[in-house]
Amino acid sequence: MEQDTIAAISTPLGEGAIGIVRMSGPEAIAIADKLYRGSKGKRLKDVPSHTIHYGKIIDLETNETAEEVMVSVMKAPKTFTREDVVEINCHGGIASVNRVLQLVLREGARLAEPGEFTKRAFLNGRIDLSQAEAVMDLIRAKTDKAMTIALGQMEGRLSKLVRRLRREIVEILAQIEVNIDYPEYDDVEEMTHHMLLEKGRYIRGEIKKILETSKQGKILREGLSTAIIGRPNVGKSSLLNSLAQENKAIVTDIPGTTRDVIEEYVNVRGIPLRLLDTAGIRETEDIVERIGVERSRKVLQEADLILLVLNYGEKLSPEDERLFEAVEGMDVIVIVNKTDLPQKIDMEKVKQLAKGKKVITTSLLKEEGIDELEEAIASMFFAGEIEGGDLTYVSNSRHIALLHQALQAVEDALAATEAGMPVDIVQIDLTRSWELLGEIIGENVHEDLINQLFSQFCLGK
Amino acid sequence: MPYDAGSYDVIVVGAGHAGCEAGLAAARMGAKTLMLTISLDTIGFMPCNPSVGGPAKGVVVREIDALGGEMGKNVDKTYIQLRMLNTRKGPAVRALRAQVDKVAYQREMKKTLENQENLTLVQAMVEELIVEGDTCIGVVTKTGARYYGKAVVLTTGTFLRGEIIIGELKYSSGPNNQQPSIKLSDHLKELGFELVRFKTGTPMRINSRTIDYSKTEIQPGDEGPLAFSYETKEFRTEQLPCWLTYTNAETHEIINKNLHRAPMFSGMIKGTGARYCPSIEDKVVRFSDKPRHQIFLEPEGMDTNEVYVQGLSTSMPEEVQHQMLRTVPGLENAQLMRPGYAIEYDVIVPTQLWPTLETKKIKNLFTAGQINGTSGYEEAAAQGLLAGINAVRKIRGQSEVILKRSDAYIGVLIDDLVTKGTNEPYRLLTSRAEYRLLLRHDNADLRLTEIGYEVGLISEERYKKFLAKKEAIHEEIKRLRSIIIKPSPQVQAFLREIGSSELKDGIRASDLLKRPEISYEDVLRFAPRKTPLSPDASEQVEIQIKYEGYIEKSLQQVERLLKMENKKIPEDIDYDAIHGLATEARQKLKKVRPLTIAQASRISGVNPADISILLVYLEHGKIARVSSNEG
Repeated sequence: MEQDTIAAISTPLGEGAIGIVRMSGPEAIAIADKLYRGSKGKRLKDVPSHTIHYGKIIDLETNETAEEVMVSVMKAPKTFTREDVVEINCHGGIASVNRVLQLVLREGARLAEPGEFTKRAFLNGRIDLSQAEAVMDLIRAKTDKAMTIALGQMEGRLSKLVRRLRREIVEILAQIEVNIDYPEYDDVEEMTHHMLLEKGRYIRGEIKKILETSKQGKILREGLSTAIIGRPNVGKSSLLNSLAQENKAIVTDIPGTTRDVIEEYVNVRGIPLRLLDTAGIRETEDIVERIGVERSRKVLQEADLILLVLNYGEKLSPEDERLFEAVEGMDVIVIVNKTDLPQKIDMEKVKQLAKGKKVITTSLLKEEGIDELEEAIASMFFAGEIEGGDLTYVSNSRHIALLHQALQAVEDALAATEAGMPVDIVQIDLTRSWELLGEIIGENVHEDLINQLFSQFCLGK
Repeated sequence: MPYDAGSYDVIVVGAGHAGCEAGLAAARMGAKTLMLTISLDTIGFMPCNPSVGGPAKGVVVREIDALGGEMGKNVDKTYIQLRMLNTRKGPAVRALRAQVDKVAYQREMKKTLENQENLTLVQAMVEELIVEGDTCIGVVTKTGARYYGKAVVLTTGTFLRGEIIIGELKYSSGPNNQQPSIKLSDHLKELGFELVRFKTGTPMRINSRTIDYSKTEIQPGDEGPLAFSYETKEFRTEQLPCWLTYTNAETHEIINKNLHRAPMFSGMIKGTGARYCPSIEDKVVRFSDKPRHQIFLEPEGMDTNEVYVQGLSTSMPEEVQHQMLRTVPGLENAQLMRPGYAIEYDVIVPTQLWPTLETKKIKNLFTAGQINGTSGYEEAAAQGLLAGINAVRKIRGQSEVILKRSDAYIGVLIDDLVTKGTNEPYRLLTSRAEYRLLLRHDNADLRLTEIGYEVGLISEERYKKFLAKKEAIHEEIKRLRSIIIKPSPQVQAFLREIGSSELKDGIRASDLLKRPEISYEDVLRFAPRKTPLSPDASEQVEIQIKYEGYIEKSLQQVERLLKMENKKIPEDIDYDAIHGLATEARQKLKKVRPLTIAQASRISGVNPADISILLVYLEHGKIARVSSNEG
């Protein structure tokens, strides 16, 4: 049958306190064994089937402890997939689960395709009739639940938005259809390119708005990846400390584990900031210097938010200007720190370089300006519109993917319209966007959705 | 007294548009075929519009032709006007529409049937089927003739318990006062078929000599050689125009005043009518804010003065019909030759059919056309053709011919019917097709000739020509992709002249053709051919290159669905034994009995969870078989 070993995170990202990395396949136990360090030299390859073990997962490259974990070992054939299965229970938080996943992948496991665990269960004949029925119940329950959740999530602002958008699109479609199917009837206004452009642009704008809230969803789940950059001695480390100090650091709350501070995370007004390469900041005070230009650019690319720190008490240097260049086009907040020192910086020049980006002055030493900074971070990603309690954000990655596809379809329709394609060709893309939006709210479902839903069982199980 | 009247391979009951195609297809495939019709004088009769084609429907006529059917050829012989519609829109929605000389159409079709080898044409009313066990083996006529057939195709149109309604008047009748078929309908019910009642209607016909055309707008046909059939060589030159006029407030007032006498509103009509084909009283009531409605005056033929009043479909009392006419500009003195009427008739719920159009209940019994709940000559003909083909293949033990939704509008039509059913007379619309850009009128031959050839309805000669055309298109596209057009002064001057942007660099001829404002002819100036391509091959080259991106996208969608189309559901599947199906889904699945997962997923009320469960079950079944084989 299947020869390789697959792995995936089997708990929903960002939810719950424990994340599980599951492996299935002939190498599952061996891979886990390589990474696992138990007490008294315990080896996972020697333990009995269906047992659970406390220990550590080691990053073999650095020989550092990556995670404190509980590992379940289940040997074939009495497992869900009828293959050897190992489940590694990690601390909560995406970073830790992800790290363990990366380690097992590095040791030779392959990232599972969506639905692959379930598929293996079928293919390996794991399921007899009564169990098949149980799985069907599960599918039933899960699908219905997924739908309910989807709809529940969609209730309120967002569901109304999607429905309204679909209605608008379908009205355009209907008009085009009538033009096509009844070419001689004068009852219906001919859909012109001009009208199409106008309506298409409107719809594009609306989908973008929804996606902006979806970005917040992603941020709330995975954290807003944030890079702090600046020359040495501008106060990056102090910034990190003051963000982290005010009890905002995220801690794990799994009973029995130390209430370790997960250093990379700080919580700003409900938004988890995931600070990139904080080690770099702490050690050398200069990320650019330490990791080289190439890699720092990569870090910058990954970041959702960049905090560019300048020194109020020094003149702008060419290095500062280069930093401005490097973050061109990104979401940046410029922090002019050390207002406790006499001003030497040219604030006009700073504003000029910032090109409309938010500039905030702080004295981290005197704890001034931090509120303003937090406000700026929050408003940047919530557009200042949304209040903490009743966020209706799109958190389901399937929905986000669908919205992106729908947006792309509308973009295509607009591009075709601008290129002078006939209306009924434009209509193909428009119809697609309508169908995609329909899939979000469970209307007009077809088999792509089915695949998608089917896929989700495995990872979520 | 009943008597044995002979044995055939295929018996076709009815000689309307479905019957003619079914009979001809069966006979041409070499089956000994009998066609029975209530009247030999109404073969290929058009009880409504003297018009064939239009959006979607016109593509169907092309598809029928590509599969070796007759409708396109017969229209080409008898049209009095031909127009290409939607020329200003994209290629996917262009369509031919013909005004047809009704009498000539019937005459030509009858001639074709009479001269068809293997085909016997008899006037008779079928009242019963001969059923042995669960298989249909023949029919019995009113006059007692027992015909035996290995397969029977019912194409009874609107004749089943037909009733005409005009105002307060209601009487048993087929269309246009022909004999209705009462007993067959009862017999089908006895056999256990579920029938429902549909309604359709037709406007009045008026005398051309009494129309004041000066008050109307002329609607001429298109010049130039147009034809439905790929085999048509001779093009008719003489055309008749149509004319356009409008209703007005006065017309609407008369209708409103007499609504209590309108059978649609008085409750006299119980059958379900079609939303897209409303009567004028319906239009006036539902769109009361519209000040006027269009009326197209369509001549019914070259040798008649009868004019069809399109847009005034009505079942108002005859007296009110007279009054309505008086109010319409140009029709003030129009003489009413036949009143408009509504007709109710029995329809077989089409989910009782397999996608081959064979009934699930009785083997070797096929139904096609309006009996299946469709409306339209083209929809009927398409079903007749496929039913005829599948009937012959069934009795020969050959595989069924089922067109996919991505193959043809005919595939969309039949899949919709047998999968979703219909609660009103079903009409094809371009929007019913997911892959409209693939299902074009210009490429029907490329899509379907292969199938027509395989079933034996396309001649060797035509097939060879088709292959040559296909090859020529392929070669020319390849050529245009390989030629680079350089930004020479001539090229730049030409582009400037037609308002296109100038070239910055050399460009592939095919890429230049992708510009909306550039035609294939334009490209030929700078990438000349030694010998010109045929016009229809040129059209293909242009469309296939110009819309390549879109066509590719559609093909990818088709590809994605193919896995589901290929996942077969065994016919003997026991839905009651599948745990976890929702009740509604279970009922629908048991009724429709889809042949593939894709078809199952198109049934309304069957949701993704049910499909997942079905997949799990099928997968499990496969595993069970595999392990038992291993054991």
